[in-house]
Amino acid sequence: MLAKLTEKFPEGLPVREVLVAALVFVAILLVFISQGSSYSVRMLVEASCYAILALGLTIQWGYGGQFNAGVMGFVALGGFCAMLFSMPVNPAFWGTELAADLGRVFLWALVALGIVIGASQLHRLGVPKKLRTTLTVILAILSWLILKAMFAPVTSAIESQAGYIGGLGLPAWMGWLAGGLLAGLVGYFVGHVCLGLRSDYLAIATLGIAEIIKAILKNEDWLTRGTATVSPLPWPTPGPSDLGFLLARSVYLVVTAIMIVAIFYLLQKAYNAPWGRMIRSIRDNEVSARAMGKDINKRRLEVFVFGCVLIGIGGGALTTFNGIFSPDNYIPLNHTFLVLVMVILGGPGNNLGTILGALLVYIIWVMSEPLALFLMQGGVDLLNSWFGWEGPGNLSGRALQARVFVIGLLIVLVLRYAPKGLMPEKVKHVT
Amino acid sequence: MNELVFFINNVVISGAVAGSIYAIGAIGVTLVFSIMRFAHFAHADMMTFGALIVFMFTAMFPGTGAALGIPTPLLMLPLAMAITALLAIGIDKTFYKPLREHGVKPIVIVIASLGVTLMLQGLIRLFAGTSSRSMYIGERKEIFRLDVPFDLATRPIVITEPQITLIIFTLLAVIGLHLFLNRTRMGKAMRAMSDNPDLAKVSGINTNKVVMVTWILAGSLAAMAGTFLSMDVSLTPDLSFFLLLPIFAAAIVGGVGHPYGAIAGGFLVGYAETLSVFNWSVLLRPINHWFPEWIEIPRNMALVGSEYKIVVPFFILVAVLIWRPTGIFKGKVI
Repeated sequence: MLAKLTEKFPEGLPVREVLVAALVFVAILLVFISQGSSYSVRMLVEASCYAILALGLTIQWGYGGQFNAGVMGFVALGGFCAMLFSMPVNPAFWGTELAADLGRVFLWALVALGIVIGASQLHRLGVPKKLRTTLTVILAILSWLILKAMFAPVTSAIESQAGYIGGLGLPAWMGWLAGGLLAGLVGYFVGHVCLGLRSDYLAIATLGIAEIIKAILKNEDWLTRGTATVSPLPWPTPGPSDLGFLLARSVYLVVTAIMIVAIFYLLQKAYNAPWGRMIRSIRDNEVSARAMGKDINKRRLEVFVFGCVLIGIGGGALTTFNGIFSPDNYIPLNHTFLVLVMVILGGPGNNLGTILGALLVYIIWVMSEPLALFLMQGGVDLLNSWFGWEGPGNLSGRALQARVFVIGLLIVLVLRYAPKGLMPEKVKHVT
Repeated sequence: MNELVFFINNVVISGAVAGSIYAIGAIGVTLVFSIMRFAHFAHADMMTFGALIVFMFTAMFPGTGAALGIPTPLLMLPLAMAITALLAIGIDKTFYKPLREHGVKPIVIVIASLGVTLMLQGLIRLFAGTSSRSMYIGERKEIFRLDVPFDLATRPIVITEPQITLIIFTLLAVIGLHLFLNRTRMGKAMRAMSDNPDLAKVSGINTNKVVMVTWILAGSLAAMAGTFLSMDVSLTPDLSFFLLLPIFAAAIVGGVGHPYGAIAGGFLVGYAETLSVFNWSVLLRPINHWFPEWIEIPRNMALVGSEYKIVVPFFILVAVLIWRPTGIFKGKVI
């Protein structure tokens, strides 16, 4: 029996994996017992969406060693696409002149783009380079101003007459895929600029693009209704009104679980394939990988875009489940740093570790809210009885800040004392 | 002429103010970058921390500055600079130094600095809340209205007291930094270490001391920038992510590891921001009659709306990374 086991697991029994999985299982069980099944299933669905985000980040950080500090932006893009595709068609927009007006502006934008790109290629006709650059910049600024002036009346007409352009009335899963594609596209743009340079620049640029995406989604009311929020988003599965909360959420959980299993299977295959080996070799020793003739920048871009696509898909699934698209709900703490903690605590580069880490961290995160409030209340009461101190108002806001502090501390401590996470990446040594 | 005064108020002065703040912030970032080779994300929150210390002391001893004829926050600034410098050294000793000695990649220290950002943010907002406050407690913010000696201009040029002090202090800081880096032994050691850390070490430079001095400079400059920003507008605890991008853009545009470049970059980013949100149709209106009939000047001709201000530093960052990743002045770290 023992011999069989050691034969099957040549590197020793997977004690660590079993322990972490048991820990997660116990945590889920505790939540089920204490909070009731309807709430717990909701938490599990959210945790599984976060697991998809974490898998996306583990590709970037664990496989490729690229640090994406703007997960939030890609999550928001996924959520936006899910909203745009799944909401019912808005007849007040599509049935009137507004759609044609908007289309006309977009056509003019294409024309302007063509002119500017044409001007940037003028040096082929023998125009001096300095003159070409000046001409291109002037043309770009002018056409930008003209387009802005054309765009403003159309969008304000849409906002006043139709509210917003509405959705496309397609199933939500198409929106998730589109969200992945859009996130990948933005990731391609950012990665293309930054990946050949120092790794810090990618962090700075992703941090910036995330805030920009949020600003756009928040302020372009004709597209997203901005702070007015869009709800309820239709689910790809039968909603709670048909099946009741518990059953509807369970069906949704089945969908996300299938997604995770599929992504996990494919990632595991890719990780052990020559492609995965190549990616790790670039991460661990760039110089020798280059000497082996690998196109480093192209591979890095591949990894980064791939991760962004997954984050976009996960963001779509998360937003659809929440049922409301509100740009203000995307905050760096919940959608960037929480995912980062999941990955570095679970084990960057270890797919199973990342999934388990995501489940564990999300459960702790959700459960720590009442706990933090309880501790703060206790502390204030204690001080009150000892010193007669009144304590600050808005205790729940303060408790949130205490959790922010704990997340930051956790990041630093894990990096210092357990840089490989709970389940370290397994490196196979071939003798 | 009124349009020109409007331009001076809204672009020349506010651009100089934004530029000075970004420049002081970017000097700290660029120094840390050149000595320790990582992008220090917690810098913006060190700025907020410094401003908060000033605010706390001002609230404790309101009106003490009146005895000397200066605003109280300005009197408390040196104290806050010292405390923030101590905080910076403490953060480095507890969080960054062990990682550095562990020989991790720089990007891991970047992530650690993000963790430190969160810790600082959590602490600051735990005690100060998230609402914005005025730094002037029981005092009046002096506003100077300078009349323009032209008949056509009826509106004055408006500049406030903190804006003037900010610009003066920026100049002083730049001159002081220049003298420090070029004339003192420690400054030379810093430049040597930013050029080549290994060579600096074998030539007998105490690298630990250099690192400490770098943090003192970075921390006190951060406290200064944060305090002036809060004095100019108000103390806003959750500004950090919106400050990080322009500061990093300024440091990278100027060439990372290049203090003078950081100053130039700061002003470049500051002016680019104010110029792009400025409504240009104001300046075109007086010469409207020169245009042919069919051109109608739109009411709003700003390049971007003020809600998209953050796009400007990002655009500059991307442009620099594409065309000249070393920055305007060739940076040492690429």
